[in-house]
Order: sequence, then C-alpha cells, then structure tokens
Amino acid sequence: MMIESRRAPLLVLGTILRTRQTVLLVIVGLALSFFLERSGFVSSYILQILMYVGINIILTLSLNLVNGYMGEFSVGHAGFMAVGAYTASIITVWLFRNQAGALVFPIATLGAGIAAAATSIIVAIPSFRTRGDYLAIVTLAFNMIVKSLLENIDALGGPRGFLGMNRLTSLASVYAWCAITIYIVRNFVYSNFGRAVLSIREDEVASNLVSVNTRQTKVLVFVVAAFFAGVAGALFAHLVQFINPRTFSIQKSTDILVMVYLGGIGSIFGSILGATVYTVLLELLRPLGVWRWVLGPVMLVILMIGRPTGIMGLKEFAGFVPIEERARKKKEGTAVAAASH
Amino acid sequence: MPLLHIEGLTHYFGGLKAVSDFNLSLEEGEVVGLIGPNGAGKTTVFNLITGVYRPNRGRIRFGGKDLVGMASCDIVSMGIARTFQTIRLFKELSVLDNVRIGHFSQARYNVVHALFRARSFYREEERIRDKAYELLETFNLARYADSPAKALPYGEQRRLEIARALASNPEVLLLDEPAAGMNPHEIDRLLETIAWLKDRFSLTILLIEHQMRVVMGICERILVLDFGETIAEGTPGEIQTNPRVLEAYLGKEAS
Repeated sequence: MMIESRRAPLLVLGTILRTRQTVLLVIVGLALSFFLERSGFVSSYILQILMYVGINIILTLSLNLVNGYMGEFSVGHAGFMAVGAYTASIITVWLFRNQAGALVFPIATLGAGIAAAATSIIVAIPSFRTRGDYLAIVTLAFNMIVKSLLENIDALGGPRGFLGMNRLTSLASVYAWCAITIYIVRNFVYSNFGRAVLSIREDEVASNLVSVNTRQTKVLVFVVAAFFAGVAGALFAHLVQFINPRTFSIQKSTDILVMVYLGGIGSIFGSILGATVYTVLLELLRPLGVWRWVLGPVMLVILMIGRPTGIMGLKEFAGFVPIEERARKKKEGTAVAAASH
Repeated sequence: MPLLHIEGLTHYFGGLKAVSDFNLSLEEGEVVGLIGPNGAGKTTVFNLITGVYRPNRGRIRFGGKDLVGMASCDIVSMGIARTFQTIRLFKELSVLDNVRIGHFSQARYNVVHALFRARSFYREEERIRDKAYELLETFNLARYADSPAKALPYGEQRRLEIARALASNPEVLLLDEPAAGMNPHEIDRLLETIAWLKDRFSLTILLIEHQMRVVMGICERILVLDFGETIAEGTPGEIQTNPRVLEAYLGKEAS
C-alpha cells in the first residue's frame, strides 16, 4: 500500500489542476456563447441550431444513464421533457406573469427538473418491481398518458398548446446547463453508485447478492435522468416559445433513443457526439422534406445490426474520466498482456 | 449460540418440493459441506438463505435476526456472502471494479456527496480502493486490476469471485461448487486457499460440492440432500459408509 499513499498528494494536486482547467473551459465557453449571441457574428438560425444541439445533449446524456449505463430500456423520455416544459412555462407565464424575466428562469428550470424527477418516482417504483422489457412498456404508456393528459387539460391550452413564454433561453444558459449535466453525470458514473449501475447492467441478480441495493439504485438513476429531461424541456419551451402536446410524442422519444445509440451507450462523449451529429444531420437534410424523418428509424435499425453499442460504445474520452480513475488506466495494456499469457 | 441457525426450511416450486424441512446449525469457525446428487436442492438452500427466494416455511436466524423476507442486499450486508455455481462476475468491468462493487454497502457517503464531490467522497473512495487492492493482492490478482474480468483465466475468475464476496466483509461464506470445472491441480490449490481464507478472514464456511475429494478434504461435518430431504448428517468418515448416501449416489443394490 506504499504506492497508494505516496500517490495521494499527487492525486489531490492533479484534481486541483484539472478542476482549474475545467473551470477555465467552462468560463471560456460561456464567454464565447455570450459573444456569439450578442455580436451577430453568426445568424440567428445557426444560434438556434446550436441551442438545439445543447438541449439534445442534455436529453441524450440523461437517457444514456438509464439505457446505456444501466442497460434498462426506457422509451418515454419525451414524457419527462413535457412535464418540465409545461412546469417551467407555468412558472414563468402564470406565476411571474413574464415580468421577472431572466432572473426567474434558472429557478423555473430547476423547478421543471424537480417536477419531472418527482413524476419519475411515480413511474419508477411500480415499474422496477418487474423486470426487463416491462420498463419499456411502462415508459411508453407513460409518454402516451402525459401527451393525452396535456391534450385534455383546457387550462393548459389542450391540443392547441401553451404559449406566451418570453424567449428566456440563451446560448449561454443552454451551455451552462449542458456543463452542469455533464459534470453531474460524470460524478454519478464515477462513484459507488455509478459502479452499482454498471453492475446492474452486467448481472442484476449477482449485483444484489454482492450487497448492491439494486432497487434503490435503479430508482435513483431514473430520477436523475428525469430531472435533466425536465431541464431540457424548460430550455426548449423558452426557446421555441410555444409548446403543444404533439411536440412530446413518441416521435420525440425515438429521436432521443437514436441519439443515445448512435453516439454510444455508456459514454458521455458518445452522447455529446450522437446528439450533435444527429441534430446537425437532420438540419442539413431539410431539403428532403418529410423523408428526413425516415432517417432516424433507419439509422437505428442499421446501428442495431452493425454496431449495437454505438460509435463510442462503452468507451470514454479520457477528458471525462476523473483523474483518480484515470491514473490507473494506463497500466491496462500491460495487465491485459499479462492476462493473455 | 450458533451463528447461523436454520429450522424447518421448506420451499416449493409449484407442486415440486425443492427443499423439505431442512435444518442446520452453523457454529462459528466451522466448515460444513452440503452434498447430494443433481437436483437435490443444494443451490436452492443457498438461494433461500440469501433471500433470492422466500421460503414457504421455516426460519433462518443469523446473529439473532430472522432473515426471512429481507432483501438480498441487506442479508449480504449483514455478513453472509456467496459465490455462484456458474461464474457470475461482471464480465465487462475491470477486476478492480468487480471487487469495489462488493464494497458497495460500506461506502459512507450518499449520492449528494458523490454528485458534488464532497471531501467525504474522496476519503471513502480512497479507502475503498485501498481495501479492494489489498484483497486483490491477497488473491494474487492485483496485476490484473485494470483488465476486464472476462480476460482472466478460468481458475483466476473463480478466485476473483471469492475476493468479490469477501469485499462485503462477511462472517459466513457460502461457496457454491467452488471446484466445478477445475483440474486436480487447481483443486489442490483451491483447498489450500479455502483453508487459509478461513483463518485469515475468520470465516464460517458452508460449501456445496459434487466432488467427494473436496468435501472430504476440508469439511468437518457434512449434510447430504436428496430430492430436497436431508438423508444423512455426520463426519466425512460416517458419510462415506452411510448406506442411504451410497444409495442416493449409486442407486440401490439389487437384492
């Protein structure tokens, strides 16, 4: 254990240095977002797409927790997004009558996340009592229920939708929430809980029998994922300034699934990649009209046959691995060589 | 007072009586063998003890508490660890992570500490990592720490499973056919390991085995199951000459 204790101060130093790097990166990114927005350097169309990319990263990364890291199959992510979108809109439009503006928005977004997380508990507790495919069915039903509920609540505009939000979402706020999502997901994945999640994917029964509280862990993951789906919903609602139940249909959930499996399951970098590539690709294919919507499902089919774990499947870009975990990764090459002898 | 006390344990699968009126008292520091032909209900006993199934009847007392109805993870955290008949490692995860997952219940930080990287998180993670490495070194597996578990040779995978089980700091270790698929040389090594483990971690061991050589070698006491019934109990010597045991294994002599 000598080596371990000697490495400890180095680790602390490394962590501080890396934290500084990360903070610097976030600040530069925020400054850049402000600059792009104010300077008119890029068209508002490009800005809009950048914001969609950011929102999709949040959605993809959060769903990746459930479907990628944990290996369950949730197909109703848009349902949680809807809860978030409507909650945030109610807060800004009804509660604050669009007056407090930018100051209220972070609170509204947080509220949206909390509302979505609370909803997810109601879905999670009964559905995790069953196993495997049932979660897919339950979440599918959940997505449909949310949509038809919203269609039938007249106060919220029913099928006509909800409008009146100011455009409170900015590139900087999307960027900030993206950074928060990445940070939280990373911290979750590289912890006792993250390892428990991976062990559930590998072998749930064995996991329970080596002391992992699998039921609690599953609910926890589901709640964290739903929270960020809610956040994404809030950002989305205050970007397009008009939401209706149809926006959050199964179609939307499928899009998020495609981004998860395209980028790669169990990978932060994969989710960023998947969300970016898919969002940009859909925009570029606009001239194809309705046909571009065929792209998603077709891509999903091809992926599932060719590379079921996605581009980055189960691999992580080193920058997203905390330094204390990374230090030992270097030895991997030699150890595997030793194992094969 | 016995460490683990099982009384009248009975379990049905539909109409099939898998285990019937099973009784066992494990004293601290004992090594007890559970043998019997295929389908005798041995693994079912393990599954009942560790809460995979809930028995139809009977009581399982461990350290003064009744385990019936408790969740598996709580039973394991209380101090009963097990291995599996067929290896159930987390194949894609690293050897180190396999053992760290075994430490799950011992991490003294909650999810908020993890998400915001509180100091307790770093302290506990460091402690868990050190303990996991210590276990790996004890089992001579430290050099594989970062390889995926599936890359290990078969015998080493078996040892890793035991290391992972020990990570939860058990008092009782349930070994389900630890020698399955091993050659005679590996079995000799395994016997040494078990004997040494017992002292090193002051364990009480209950062990299922098919191979007589293994049970005879290390068990102080043996229970024989056949079709869910306990047909014999005694020292290895007694069991070897017990007519009912011979009948169960070899069939009735034609008379």
